[in-house]
Amino acid sequence: MVSDKSKLGFYLLLMPLLLWLVTLIILPHIGLFFVSISEKVGVREYETGFGNYAVFFNEPLYWRTFARTAFMSIFTTVLTLLLGFPIAYYIAKLTRGRAKTTLFLMCLIPFWVSELVRTFGWMILLRETGVLSSFLQYTGVIDGPVEFLYNDGAIMVGLVYTSILFMIVPLVTTLDSLDDSLIEAGYDLGGSGWSILREIVIPHAMPGIVSGCIVVFMLSLGNYLTPILLGGKDSLWFTGLIYTQFITRFNWELGSAFGFLLLGLSSTIVFLGLKLSRQSLSGTMGR
Amino acid sequence: MIPTVPQSSALKWTYRAYVTLFFIYLALPLTVVCAFAFNNSVFPSLPWEGFTMKWFFGTEAPFIGVFHERSIVRAIGTSAFVAVWVAGLAVAVGTCNAFLFVRHDFRGKGLLYILMLLPLIIPGVILGISILVFASSVANTLEDATGLWFDGLRPGLILVILGQFSFITTFATLVISARLQKFDLSLEEAALNLGATKWGAVRQVTLPFLLPAIIGAGVVAVLMSFENFNTTLMLVGSDAPLTIIMFDKLKHGSTPVLNAVSLLLIVASAALGLLSLLFQKSK
Repeated sequence: MVSDKSKLGFYLLLMPLLLWLVTLIILPHIGLFFVSISEKVGVREYETGFGNYAVFFNEPLYWRTFARTAFMSIFTTVLTLLLGFPIAYYIAKLTRGRAKTTLFLMCLIPFWVSELVRTFGWMILLRETGVLSSFLQYTGVIDGPVEFLYNDGAIMVGLVYTSILFMIVPLVTTLDSLDDSLIEAGYDLGGSGWSILREIVIPHAMPGIVSGCIVVFMLSLGNYLTPILLGGKDSLWFTGLIYTQFITRFNWELGSAFGFLLLGLSSTIVFLGLKLSRQSLSGTMGR
Repeated sequence: MIPTVPQSSALKWTYRAYVTLFFIYLALPLTVVCAFAFNNSVFPSLPWEGFTMKWFFGTEAPFIGVFHERSIVRAIGTSAFVAVWVAGLAVAVGTCNAFLFVRHDFRGKGLLYILMLLPLIIPGVILGISILVFASSVANTLEDATGLWFDGLRPGLILVILGQFSFITTFATLVISARLQKFDLSLEEAALNLGATKWGAVRQVTLPFLLPAIIGAGVVAVLMSFENFNTTLMLVGSDAPLTIIMFDKLKHGSTPVLNAVSLLLIVASAALGLLSLLFQKSK
């Protein structure tokens, strides 16, 4: 196998991978780090230091937005897991054949449609002149038009909607591989619904739960569209701050520091999640 | 909880009701987006003013349909151009990666595999800004050194393509590797025994076997490229793809033209998605 010819083939296969990873992933992130630790002291004059990070910690607006984004993303992840698990279980275990395929496809279709279109749909539903407000007026529940958009509730609805499919799909896959007879055996041995869920179903579904949680958390944390469009102008999301620093204020140094903080937060949480659940990145994501 | 285990009917019906509610929640936004594409009013909101097709074919202001709204038609073209390049590059590199990771053992393979997965857990905005910062510093250095102007490294379509390629390649690699793992190596050995060259065997035996996954990965790449927003937003220049144009329009107040575009997008992406499933299933 290890002839000169196959060695050449190996290097030819290695080239595109290295070219991609080095020029588009590794070097840009190193570059981002170096920009984040340079401070502007004059026109085209920079000094190395952690001043941009100090700006972040000294300005309550910045770190509060950071904490708020993190907290709401975690909340979205938990909510998505609680709402999505019964659905995934229903699709994987309680339906068969064509019904199963149909339900699964119905889950997948919104997942293929652009996030912008999905968010737009929620805007039409929730705005003051929207469908929900009109419906409630028509049924007499409320007297005048009510604005359901531009608050944290609307952001949560949108974030859960955007990401729940990324929770359901891995859950369905792992639950599908759970043998029904294990659950039957659990009942035969006198287990209750709860104890079977806790001791058989959830441990088996763990890789799916972890990969779903990681993806949902990442998507919420890095989301820009949903918080900006559904949360309105006053609602702050950390990616929005990064965008402002880069595109509006042209302060790339501070923007890079923000980017690095977000990257640090997301990697830390993903790392902790993997450690706590004893899963590995290649085991959960690289299926 | 499974069909063979008896359950109280109250619980069963609550469960069914929950599942039904969930699917209504899932379908609701897409349904209203589609419905308001046919409302004869300049706002995508109630009251319902009657059915119209003007938002698709209209030519007179304020009822200018999708097919006559220049900025949108141009943006669709831009998106398609980007998507074709991204899909082509991602599938080519993804196929090489699949062969590398499935067929070869080498030092540092585990590390490289994890690096390959990283784009999955880096937020899109950060991929965008890191590529933006890196490309501009390279451009600045080159311009200082040579005095020439490097347009390709400034925000624009090339950077958008590179930015999307940087994470879509991971998906392509995973899809193609999954199929390559199922390939029976003895088929290739048989071809070699029958006198095929190494490359000939790969081209005539292995690649046709991989084709469904390659096409499937290509379709998924097109879908992801078309709908990508976060990475694109940071790298976009004067030629904006569809999602960016729609976002701008949405921020400044929307008309049902956006519903009409969305309806077309929903239909097209559902069709493409089903296509990719069919290709991945055919074995």
